[in-house]
Amino acid sequence: MTFSDAFVRLLLFPGLLYAFAAAWLMEWIERKLRARFQHRIGPPFYQPFFDFVKLVSKHPVERPAFQAFAMITLPLAAAAATLGALALLPVADMKGFPGDLVLFVALIEVTPVCAVLAGFVSRSPFGGVGASREALLIIAANVPFLVALFALVTSAGSLTITELISRPLWAVRIPAVLALLMTLPVKLHLNPFSAASAEQEIYTGATTEYDGPRLALWELSRAFEWVTLTGIVAVLAVPGFITPWLVRVPAFFVISLVVVVLLTTLSAATARLRAAQVARLLLVVGSGMSLVALVVALAGW
Amino acid sequence: MSIFDGLVRTARRRSPWLFHLNSGGCNGCDIEYVACLTPRYDVEQLGILQHGSPRHADVLVVTGPITRTTAEAAQTVYAQVPDPKVVVAIGTCPSSGNVFAGSPVVLGAAEHVIPVDVYVPGCPPRPDAIIAGIAEAVAILAGETPRRAEKPDQLPASPKPDASEHGPTPDLDASEPEALP
Repeated sequence: MTFSDAFVRLLLFPGLLYAFAAAWLMEWIERKLRARFQHRIGPPFYQPFFDFVKLVSKHPVERPAFQAFAMITLPLAAAAATLGALALLPVADMKGFPGDLVLFVALIEVTPVCAVLAGFVSRSPFGGVGASREALLIIAANVPFLVALFALVTSAGSLTITELISRPLWAVRIPAVLALLMTLPVKLHLNPFSAASAEQEIYTGATTEYDGPRLALWELSRAFEWVTLTGIVAVLAVPGFITPWLVRVPAFFVISLVVVVLLTTLSAATARLRAAQVARLLLVVGSGMSLVALVVALAGW
Repeated sequence: MSIFDGLVRTARRRSPWLFHLNSGGCNGCDIEYVACLTPRYDVEQLGILQHGSPRHADVLVVTGPITRTTAEAAQTVYAQVPDPKVVVAIGTCPSSGNVFAGSPVVLGAAEHVIPVDVYVPGCPPRPDAIIAGIAEAVAILAGETPRRAEKPDQLPASPKPDASEHGPTPDLDASEPEALP
């Protein structure tokens, strides 16, 4: 992977340019679909963009110096790390470097860590409760998530994402991708796993005290998370033998949007579970699918 | 006016987020206010969202008269909303105290405590009127219409119940229950 490749990846596709466009599109699809399911009309197409501009243009309430620094740095770090993770996805060109999967996992885990810190640094009781729930849920979700990736790595015999796309057996890949899909609602704070940002109980959890540009950055990092997490599922779902980018890119985009529709339908149709119930469900039931993938991968069927 | 200013104005007009503060009302206006969020009125198509935290809000929606216990809370919540912000007083209570005026626990109009930009009259007002009031507030937020010029009064000292207005306080211990025939 040369410097120019990395530049195109970071700034154009699937980096900055695509990330903004897709993030706002996915946020709009999510809100619009949810509204339609509730027999409402829902927000217009440009709504996420205007929400972002409005939040950026607000004057945040004054804070003590360190708190103000932490409250802008944490969401900025979260958004930047998620963007970096997105740029690692091999969509148009099948290029990568050994170990980019490890970097990808490390970068997508930055957002939850920042969210937990952000909840506690805001010194709000709701932020604290949201942060502790976020920590619990993300640990529970990462068990099936990492086991599924481990199964793919075992089957492919490589830590490069491009190898993960082309090599693993379909008997490993299908249960592994399904297990990844099951952890997405937890990572994206969607029903029934939305205990960390349960608005009727703890407002928005960790981000309750965030205002103006600070909140705008959180919303942005959440939207980038949508693009990245649906992206990794889409990248793994497109078969590796399809090499021309003219087919791969639309397939990636369409599968991403299908995942968004599935997640929205799930969250609109379900009620919220308690944090402990979610943790039990993920550790007992959610890990089952990824363990199947791992057993198949280790046995080499 | 630069392009960026125009964009910011449009964004403020199209994305007002509300925080709802009941400062001691009877819940009638609250029901009408929540009706705005339902499928029948669906204010999300105008970009209006109800938020649970005043930090996220642009518009502070006040229902009910200001009571002694909520006056300080109302000021705290007002200070927590980041600038630029507008206040919409819904119903007759926050404009005059309505039927609660003169009560020893009610301070009266919301204007005594926080600056109010838009009044929506009614007891309770219809959801249509509430949406119209919020639209008026949003125009102020976007800088299209000027803010009302009056400055809010200082918070008055807790008013003593006025004996001439309410009559003498009955002395419950002194009066003997009437003997049954």
